[in-house]
Amino acid sequence: MDKNVHTDMSVSIAGVTFQNPVMTASGTFGSGMEYSDFVDLNRLGAVVTKGVSSVPWEGNPTPRVTEVPGGMLNAIGLQNPGIDVFIERDLAFLKQFDTRVIVNVCGHTVEEYLDVVERLADEKRVDMLEINVSCPNVKQGAIAFGTEADALFDITQRIKKVAKQPVIMKLTPNVTSIAEMAKAAEAGGADGISLINTITGMKIDVEKQKFVLANKTGGLSGPAIHPIAVRMVYEAHQAVQIPIIGMGGIASWQDAAELMLAGATAVAVGAMNFHTPDLTVKVADGLADYAARHGLSKIEDLIGAVQ
Amino acid sequence: MSSERAKRTLTVVENRQLAAGVYDLRLRYRENEAPEQVIPGQFVGVYSRDSGRILPRPISICGWDPKTRTLRLVFRTVGAGTLEFSRCQPGETLDVLGILGNGYDLEKLAGKRVLLLGGGIGAPPLLGLAEAISEKNRALGAGQVTAVLGYRTNDLFLDREFAKAADVVIATDDGSAGFHGNVIEAVRSEKPAFDVICACGPLPMLRGVKALALERDCPCYLSLEERMACGVGACLGCVTKTAKVDGHSHVKNARICTEGPVFEAREVLI
Ligand SMILES: Cc1cc2nc3c(=O)[nH]c(=O)nc-3n(C[C@H](O)[C@H](O)[C@H](O)COP(=O)(O)OP(=O)(O)OC[C@H]3O[C@@H](n4cnc5c(N)ncnc54)[C@H](O)[C@@H]3O)c2cc1C
Ligand SMILES: Cc1cc2nc3c(=O)[nH]c(=O)nc-3n(C[C@H](O)[C@H](O)[C@H](O)COP(=O)(O)O)c2cc1C
Ligand code: FES
Repeated sequence: MDKNVHTDMSVSIAGVTFQNPVMTASGTFGSGMEYSDFVDLNRLGAVVTKGVSSVPWEGNPTPRVTEVPGGMLNAIGLQNPGIDVFIERDLAFLKQFDTRVIVNVCGHTVEEYLDVVERLADEKRVDMLEINVSCPNVKQGAIAFGTEADALFDITQRIKKVAKQPVIMKLTPNVTSIAEMAKAAEAGGADGISLINTITGMKIDVEKQKFVLANKTGGLSGPAIHPIAVRMVYEAHQAVQIPIIGMGGIASWQDAAELMLAGATAVAVGAMNFHTPDLTVKVADGLADYAARHGLSKIEDLIGAVQ
Repeated sequence: MSSERAKRTLTVVENRQLAAGVYDLRLRYRENEAPEQVIPGQFVGVYSRDSGRILPRPISICGWDPKTRTLRLVFRTVGAGTLEFSRCQPGETLDVLGILGNGYDLEKLAGKRVLLLGGGIGAPPLLGLAEAISEKNRALGAGQVTAVLGYRTNDLFLDREFAKAADVVIATDDGSAGFHGNVIEAVRSEKPAFDVICACGPLPMLRGVKALALERDCPCYLSLEERMACGVGACLGCVTKTAKVDGHSHVKNARICTEGPVFEAREVLI
């Protein structure tokens, strides 16, 4: 091991270079504004924004969040101001930073997704799109795209036809075979995939004998899901050639390294931002030290390197 | 001094039981880490030391002493997190996210006849408010503060400290001390004079307070609660329905952690 090696921390996905592999997981970091007191956004590989739809969505009734051992459940229901306000305010805010921007897109129908993708096509500040076909908290059917391989293939193909930025399909873990879904996204022309979204869960207050969340079910995230994320990233990496953004319960640089060893090109920090608001930067620093310690000339050598 | 929100490690300087399950926790900031300004009604997020409990517990600020950089939190034990905080000993540390949210607008309250309505564990943030308003009133030579505090039983807490800054009316659910009934019933019976209401307590009480304010046609500021995850406006977990389109998501859902926790009663649909 050469301890003095300087590791190139950059990674690239579909021709877009990220200064380091550490990103924010959609929905846990707003558009970066709310965390800019804690984190120098210029230090991130990318800011991945909260899901945005063609028109404002009001989201689910409260309670929307609760803690569970080693994690949390959320049923936000994708509250967002819609693409117009997003472009005017959030994208404008992000212009002052020297970091990549990945916009997460949600919709109820293929047309709604296409609407947002088209509106973003000429926005220079948008480096990449992440298509959330997997949010478990929206009733009207976005989930179907994410759980049926044919539907995923179809929506990927249709989005690719209109998108001007590279397209990442975000996969749900609530499926029997993640490999099959990864292949469907790849066949549809996706430039990459990201996983995992939250795992559908439920919590009941035994004293009140009521559901804790108004939505009854919520998506489980946080350290509790990390081993599932590692396994799924590994399986997806075995199944497809396209790059993977790995996420699920990252609480430390070790967790990030684990996802990269399993096959992720980049990683995203989600629920644990709520515990350690500057976790993204700590993970980036920890990964850099680790890479140097292991004598890596480039961090990309870590991708899928598990033996 | 820092005005930014930050996660800090604070040292426990005192932890005292005030009533059954109610604790008075004093936490000191390190030098150079103390917040520049703390406004009554703001809150902090207190982290558990158990790594399995990832989310901060929102707790209102009951008092702030800038000279000793000491934050005062008064809380009730309801679950694992608050139980852990209740067992903290002086010298131990706790990680705290703060200072969060918007407090009461003191400019709108000073010099007026202010009615504070505190239900149970809703009383603590109003103590800091009572002290701040009465200090301003002394300087102005005008204004008055009345605090109506509701408890379940005669196991009272903070009532004597309120008495130093306000005229106090006690109400208990079981009638074992003061007025027999809830705070709204106590107001109707005792008829204190007021121009503006500030209230903190359980939702059914706040609904009653809002109705009272509409009936008397007076300004009314409510401190709301909701389950939170981030505490800083990013996750959209903690929203309340609003009468007008909110400034963030433009959907009539304001974030309690960021636009609140204090709202004008007419702005929120509770
Ligand atoms: C703005 C605000 C100010 C508050 N101020 C005070 C205060 O000054 N004193 C006080 O005693 N309590 C206060 N609370 C309530 C306090 O946050 C909860 O009692 C506490 O979070 C319970 O944590 P636990 O681990 O003991 O309970 P558990 O039930 O084990 O907690 C499980 C999860 O639910 C959350 N939770 C449970 N009850 C509540 C609740 N009522 N409100 C919000 N989240 C909850 C916890 O934060 C945690 O994430 C306030 C709440 C809010 C939103
Ligand atoms: C509060 C919250 C909101 C989320 N919102 C979105 C969203 O808008 N779009 C999306 O694709 N994923 C969303 N997610 C999923 C995360 O991006 C991530 O995939 C998941 O939480 C797993 O990572 P974690 O365990 O690190 O949180 C959300 C997660 C949380 C906790
Ligand atoms: S708790 Fe996350 S937005 Fe309020």
